[in-house]
Amino acid sequence: MEYFIELFFSGLTRGSIYALIALGYTMVYGIIGLINFAHGEIYMIGAFTSFVVATVLSIYGFPLLSIIVLAGLAAAVWSASYGYTIEKIAYRPLRQAPRLSALISAIGMSIFLQNYVLLAQSSDFQPFPELIPDFDFMEPYAHFVGSSDVVILFTTALAMAGLTLLIKFSRMGKAMRATAQDRTMAMLVGIDVNRVISLTFVIGSALAAIGGMLIASHIGQINFFIGFIAGIKAFTAAVLGGIGSIPGAVLGGFVLGLTESFATGYVSSDYEDVFAFSLLVLILIFKPAGLLGREEAEKV
Amino acid sequence: MNKRVVQKLLAVALGFGLATPLMAADTIKLGVAGAHSGDLASYGLPSVNAAKLVVEQINAGGGIDGKMVELLIEDDVCKPEVATNTATKLISDGVHVVLGHICSGATKAALPIYNNAGVVVMSPSATNPELTQSGDYPNFYRTIASDDAQARTEVDFALNVLGLSKIAVIHDKGDYGKGLAEFARLFLEKSGKAEVTLFEGVTPGAVDYSAVVQKIKRSGAEAVIFGGYHPEASKIITQMRKKRLDTIFISDDGVKDDTFIKVAGKYAEGVYATGPKDSSSNPLSKKAVEEHKAKFGSDPGAFYENAYSAALALLNAVDKADSTDMEAVRNALQNNDVETPVGRIRFDKIGDAMGVGFAMYQVKDGQYVEVK
Repeated sequence: MEYFIELFFSGLTRGSIYALIALGYTMVYGIIGLINFAHGEIYMIGAFTSFVVATVLSIYGFPLLSIIVLAGLAAAVWSASYGYTIEKIAYRPLRQAPRLSALISAIGMSIFLQNYVLLAQSSDFQPFPELIPDFDFMEPYAHFVGSSDVVILFTTALAMAGLTLLIKFSRMGKAMRATAQDRTMAMLVGIDVNRVISLTFVIGSALAAIGGMLIASHIGQINFFIGFIAGIKAFTAAVLGGIGSIPGAVLGGFVLGLTESFATGYVSSDYEDVFAFSLLVLILIFKPAGLLGREEAEKV
Repeated sequence: MNKRVVQKLLAVALGFGLATPLMAADTIKLGVAGAHSGDLASYGLPSVNAAKLVVEQINAGGGIDGKMVELLIEDDVCKPEVATNTATKLISDGVHVVLGHICSGATKAALPIYNNAGVVVMSPSATNPELTQSGDYPNFYRTIASDDAQARTEVDFALNVLGLSKIAVIHDKGDYGKGLAEFARLFLEKSGKAEVTLFEGVTPGAVDYSAVVQKIKRSGAEAVIFGGYHPEASKIITQMRKKRLDTIFISDDGVKDDTFIKVAGKYAEGVYATGPKDSSSNPLSKKAVEEHKAKFGSDPGAFYENAYSAALALLNAVDKADSTDMEAVRNALQNNDVETPVGRIRFDKIGDAMGVGFAMYQVKDGQYVEVK
């Protein structure tokens, strides 16, 4: 039983990491129907920005809490500006083009950003400072769940709740939903569609940056390639949960993380990915739109 | 009448000559075979230079028992099918001992031919474990550690130095990591002293390894032997320590890297990793490198020191054996220590150099220190 609980928490940690990144994928897809492959790179750039800022601040001896806040803020702003720019130069000109063109453009952007960071930084792994300290009150539970695991879990929950509230109840959210439903119609009733889409990218990128900082601090190392690997898994989680659905991304992340963890624990970690992707195939066979995805009727 | 006597005498002399080649030959012929052209020439040419330098010195000092050493250099381009011709050519030229070949495949192909002719072969670079361990090549020696030597060092250290009896073997599913892990498992099982509690591969690049860490804990292992590279090793060790697991961590030269210490930070403390023995402080090694610079005007290349050592060891054995007969040379190789750039070595029964290969290092205060 204790082993089960340990594996459960391992799965939860993994799941919340996937979910935190998956939120950005699913939000962009929900609004404009584009799989933003560069999202993993935005996450990676966020991690690098917070790395640089945190390193500089810790040299000047700032207290830990202010380092987290400032590094997180800097990463969020920097990544958001990347998200905004990418949308403007790589996706907006292709908005009327077939979907495939935007997809290829997204993949191109992803490769471009990876190589840019590779050249600007280095191909080596960099040690990421431990921004989340071991809390004293967590000590009795440390052998199965760490402090950084809990922080990531809460951030994911908070982000999910915040995004759901934003989309459901705010004026901006209403505009987002309208844009998602029918872009032309939204434009006709006076919604600035471009602004809505830009904002979606800004929010998604800022979230990815915060995630990048927390996850990198949990793992303890970064390089230019982390966004790609984490991005693929997060994208899988988003599809699993129903791409376009905010709670779906979180659920998908947890299902994927728990499956991997239990597969490792009870079978073998050699087969971790085999189990994870078999599950994906099974779910998509029976629920093609994902766990929480809504099957949309074809617009006529 | 006279003519016949001369002929008979000649025949007798020839017969003696065949039985004791050294007495008949006026030089000792050292063959150097390996890739001297083609893609892999950079692996083979340093051994030619090493042989030239060693032979020059020995000849300048009066040769071996008054006989000069002559070099026979043959190219095998690292191809097994060429290597058999190379071997035949060397034998027909009357070679006594051979330094080479360079690549494991070529060496394997050529060895039976040398064996039939009673020629001892010593490679500076062929690392395939079978070459010595199969017992098929009694004439083969090498001055480099075999591919499984690291796993052997890890297992010996865990069993004999640390005295452990429950060990988990983890790898990264890659050729290097998994290969090492499989050897480690094999040695552990063969030893009968320890139980392999877990044998698993982890996915490189994953965001979290806590599930496999929990599994290690549950398996009751006292130590983890990890086959793979430092990015995974630092993640696993970090998560083990964060989960308050103080299991001993033993790894390989993929982890004996300063990046590992930089990334894993305080969690790296106490980690064991094998790495090539450091011979750079050996005066003979320094001398060999300087000789190369003086004569060829450049830094020596791959396996240079191993080749230099092999040439020294071979010629020393011929000197000690006072013969180039295979059995005599083998005896001399196995029973005499010789000072070489890779250290003071002697050969074991199967042909591996003892005292060459890997040492165990441990992270202490942010640095790898050799464990004595």
